[in-house]
Formats: sequence, C-alpha cells, structure tokens
Amino acid sequence: MRFADTLQFAWRVVLGYRSRTWLIVLAMAIGVAAVVAVSSLGEGARLYVLNQFGSLGTNLIVVLPGRSETAGAMPGVLIGKTPRDLTLDDAFALKRSNAIRRLAPLIVGAGDVRAGARMREAPVLGTTADLLAIRHMELARGQFLPEGDPRASLPVCVLGSKLANELFGAGRALGEWARIGDRRFRVVGVLAPQGESLGFNTDEIAIVPVGAAQALFNTEALFRILVEAKSREQIAIAKSDIEEIVLERHEGKRDVTVITQDAVLATFDRILRALTLAVGGLAAISLAVAGILIMNVMLISVTQRRREIGLLKALGATARQIRLAFMTEAVLLALGGAALGLAAGKAGQLAIGAIYPNIPFAAPWWAVATAPLTAITTAVVFAVLPARRAARLDPVRALSKR
Amino acid sequence: MIRLAGIERIFRVGEEEVHALRHIDLEIAHGEYVSLMGPSGSGKSTLLNMLGLLDRPDAGRYEFEGHDVTRLSDDEQARVRRERIGFVFQFFHLVPRLTAEQNIELPMMLAGIEPAERKARLARLLPEYGLEARARHRPDQLSGGQCQRVAIARAMSMKPALILADEPTGNLDRHTGKEVMAVLERVHAEGATLALVTHDPEIGSRAGRRLRMVDGAIVGDEQG
Repeated sequence: MRFADTLQFAWRVVLGYRSRTWLIVLAMAIGVAAVVAVSSLGEGARLYVLNQFGSLGTNLIVVLPGRSETAGAMPGVLIGKTPRDLTLDDAFALKRSNAIRRLAPLIVGAGDVRAGARMREAPVLGTTADLLAIRHMELARGQFLPEGDPRASLPVCVLGSKLANELFGAGRALGEWARIGDRRFRVVGVLAPQGESLGFNTDEIAIVPVGAAQALFNTEALFRILVEAKSREQIAIAKSDIEEIVLERHEGKRDVTVITQDAVLATFDRILRALTLAVGGLAAISLAVAGILIMNVMLISVTQRRREIGLLKALGATARQIRLAFMTEAVLLALGGAALGLAAGKAGQLAIGAIYPNIPFAAPWWAVATAPLTAITTAVVFAVLPARRAARLDPVRALSKR
Repeated sequence: MIRLAGIERIFRVGEEEVHALRHIDLEIAHGEYVSLMGPSGSGKSTLLNMLGLLDRPDAGRYEFEGHDVTRLSDDEQARVRRERIGFVFQFFHLVPRLTAEQNIELPMMLAGIEPAERKARLARLLPEYGLEARARHRPDQLSGGQCQRVAIARAMSMKPALILADEPTGNLDRHTGKEVMAVLERVHAEGATLALVTHDPEIGSRAGRRLRMVDGAIVGDEQG
C-alpha cells in the first residue's frame, strides 16, 4: 500500500466519524493548550523578574551591612546581625579597587516632604551623584545631585515625577523650595517616570545628598552601597576586593554581605525555570489523559469496525497494513489536536498578555516543541493496543453475519 | 487449480468439539463453476473460507495453483488473497463511509497500484457493472442489487483467478438475485473460476458442478 493511500484512507476515517474525531481532537487540544499557556505564564513571570532585576543596573554589586549566614538571595531577607555599621568612609575606601567603575552609598529613610501647604510622606534616599548612572535613572528636567564632595550637606534635592507633580503641580517644581523633615532643600531636578521596579517606586521618592541624609536621619550607618563593576568579567574580582577592603577596615571581621546581581539573577532564573517546568509537567498530565481517551475511543472503533477490518483482510490487507492504518489515524488526530491546541494556547497567552501588558508572556520554545511532540507520541503509544487488536482480528469471525 | 487433501477443521465451542470439515478431498479445475449446497451448519461456508485462505485447516493439505498454501505465512496468504482471489459476501460488506468507486478501488489500493492505473481500471469496471451513475454514491444510497454489483466489481478489480461467493443472493429479492447471478455468471464466462455457497436449489442447480455437504463432509458431487 502506498503511503499516500494509507494517509488518504485514515483521513477518510477521520472525516467519516466526525463526533469521534472532534472528541479526540478536543481532548488533545486542551492538553496542548494547557501546556503552552501554563508554561508561557511561567516563562512570562521569569522574564518579568529578570527584567526587574536587570533594570536595577548593569554589573551591579550590592554591599549590605551584616553577615548573612544563609545562602538566601532576597536582599530584603538578608538582615543578619550588625556588629559594625557600614560607613561613608568604608564606601569611599572601596574606590581603591581597580575593578570598580563607580559606587553610590545609600541611606534610606521615610520623611515628610512639604511644599507650601501640601505634604506627602515619601521614602528619602541619601546618596551621591553616581547613583544616576549606576541605577540607569533618567531625569525629566533639571539636573541630578551635584558632583563634588559627597560629604557636603548641600540643600538640594531631586524628586520623583509623581511626588513633584503632587507637591508643585505639573511641570513647576524646578527651583522651588521643599521641606523635608526640619530642613529646606531646593529642587534641582525631577526624575523621568519609570514606574516600579522590585516594589520600589522611583516616581515617589525624594533624593538628597548623602551628607544631608546623615543629618536628617541622624545616622552614620549606610543602608547599602551600590557598586558597579567595570565589566561583567570583573564582577568576581570586584566582589573579592570589596570583601578584602572591608575586612581590613573592620579589624578582620567579615560583617558585610556582598551580593552580585548575577548571583541573584541566576537563583531566580533557576527557581522560576523549575517552576515553569513543574507546572508545564502538570499540564502535560492532561495529555496523558487525552492519550487514554484516544485508546478507549479507538478500542471502541475497532469493535465497531470489525466487519470493515475483516473485509480488509479478505481483500488481502496484511496485519502490518491494518496496524499502520490505525496508527496513521491516531497521528492525524493528534496532529489536529496539537494544531488546535497550539492556536488556542497562543490565543490564551495573548489574552492574558492583554490583561497584564507589563509581563512579557511568551511560550518558551521547548513547550511549543514538546507539547505537540508529546501529543503525537502519546497518541501513537496509546494507539498501539487498538491497532494490534485490529490487526489480530480473525476475518472469518469478523465477517460472519451481522 | 485447487486440490484439497484430507482437510479437517474442528471448532471448539465451550466443552464441545464441532467437526466443521471432515476429511475433505476435493479438486476444482480452472474455469469451473461450482455450487456448494447443504443444510446450515453443514460446513459449506467453512469450506469456502478455507478455499479463500481466511481460515487454516487443522489437518490436511491445500494446493492452490500448484503451490501448497497451507504452509504460507499470514502475509504471504494475504498476498495470494489480494492477487488471486475475489470475495463476494451475503451482506455485501461495503465500507459505509466510502463511495461506490472508493469501495471498488480498495483492493487496488491495498495492492499498491498506482492511482493512474486505478483510474483506468475504474473507468472500465464502472460501466461494465452498470455503476457509472452511482460511482459517487455511498452504500446507504444504493439498492441491494447495486451494492452487490459494487462488491463484485471490487472482487474483480484485481482480475482474480478465483471468485468465492457466500450466499451472494441471500440478502436480495428474487428478481435482483437473478440479476446478480447473471453478473457472476458473466464473470465466470470470462474465464474466472467461480465457487458459490447457496441455500437456494434453483440458483445452485445452475452451476456446472454441484457439491452437496452434510455434517462437514461432501456427500454429493454432480457434474453436467
């Protein structure tokens, strides 16, 4: 039998029993669509988190006070004991390392920001001019904190776009005076709207020179030091330099934690990838269920088509030809189901993407490839039994009477 | 053409053994027209299935066109059926989802004949069996006589040497039955060997050679 004829024969069966065909195609399609949609959800979440971390800066290293004993990766969780504060002097000492391009010390507190009669409570960041470049921030108007002696407590501030709008009205903050706590600052710049990253909305913050923040919050202790390495390859060198310098300055005590962005990214990448695989695998179970359905429906079909199979044998069909006909039928059904499922999964992914435009939903290539492959493999595996049963049918009994 | 020697066939139904064929010795020459008659359960259909290689004997030897076919593998037997034997059944056994011409094409498809050649043979077969107007109809749109003509055309599509008909008129009214018999006899006249099983003495008596079976044995063999 020519292959084209086998294909055509199977195709006519598929067309001949429409409700049965739809049932199987639908079951297969649901399985494939579930794998594609669920794994694109997982992949979307992964890319979203990676982007969020990526937007923090490039080749970023974060130094925080206290030694974390665990290998956890969330910066917010890494609050160990703090035997010794991290100071501005520590921060500037790090500049000795050749692997470091720039760094910005960070003091964070909450303060009341007032302009005239309006008042907003906002996170207040004390830092230096380099933060702009390290964190890839952009200014809408004016300028950032001035270069020069970082310790000088100049009375200037830069406001997030939303905070500036709320305090001064659209486009009118530059050159105005704002009161933060008990001090007055002249607004020298307004940040461009950037939205949230990692739950921290830069549109709502006020940035002041680190010296001013020390006075404002009455503390010497730094919250973080953000360090940018000269290149990706130098991150590891920068990290060991930092540890060495701080060790030296803190009388041999390892009391800081140094996190590289790469390490955090890698951890998140691993976790979310595993998660995507796991949920994708769960969805794939529905494919196995569809396979069992195929087997059942085909077993019934073998019984219903007993006479036809007997006839084919009488007409000289070999057992192999009959097996092949049934297998081809199963593959056709699986292909139809896979195509429909891919389309439905894509549609579902677009629909979810329309609801959450921020999250880059995209089915990972491995899901797009493996879901239909799994569908076809299951169909073939589960068609083996019915096909063999058909091929073994005794033609005399199959043909005898009605 | 056909030589059966000492063919035995025993079915086991529960505890009981049914001797369907008892020591059958039979020779059928090329171009003969043989009818098989006898009461139901006499083994005539079993004998026909045996001749058509649908069933294997429990003992004995079957030579078909000079070759011992009892020892052939399933696939080799399938090839003999495909190339040399045509079947016509009481219940027509047409594939319901296929049109008349697709049903006729089926054996040629199984044999792997090129589509162009299949079209050519169809173009000859359809008018020969008066089916041109019905070529694209499905079996449920055809009358019983038309169905049986489709089945005969199907059996003839591979130009077999032997036609086996199991009660070909059993499911048709008298008039259509006669028509179908005329078609079968024309096929025989063109050179095929024809063996048919029937209940109807009137039909059975038309054959040139008439075999009578009782209880799995051939008890009568009339010629002329």
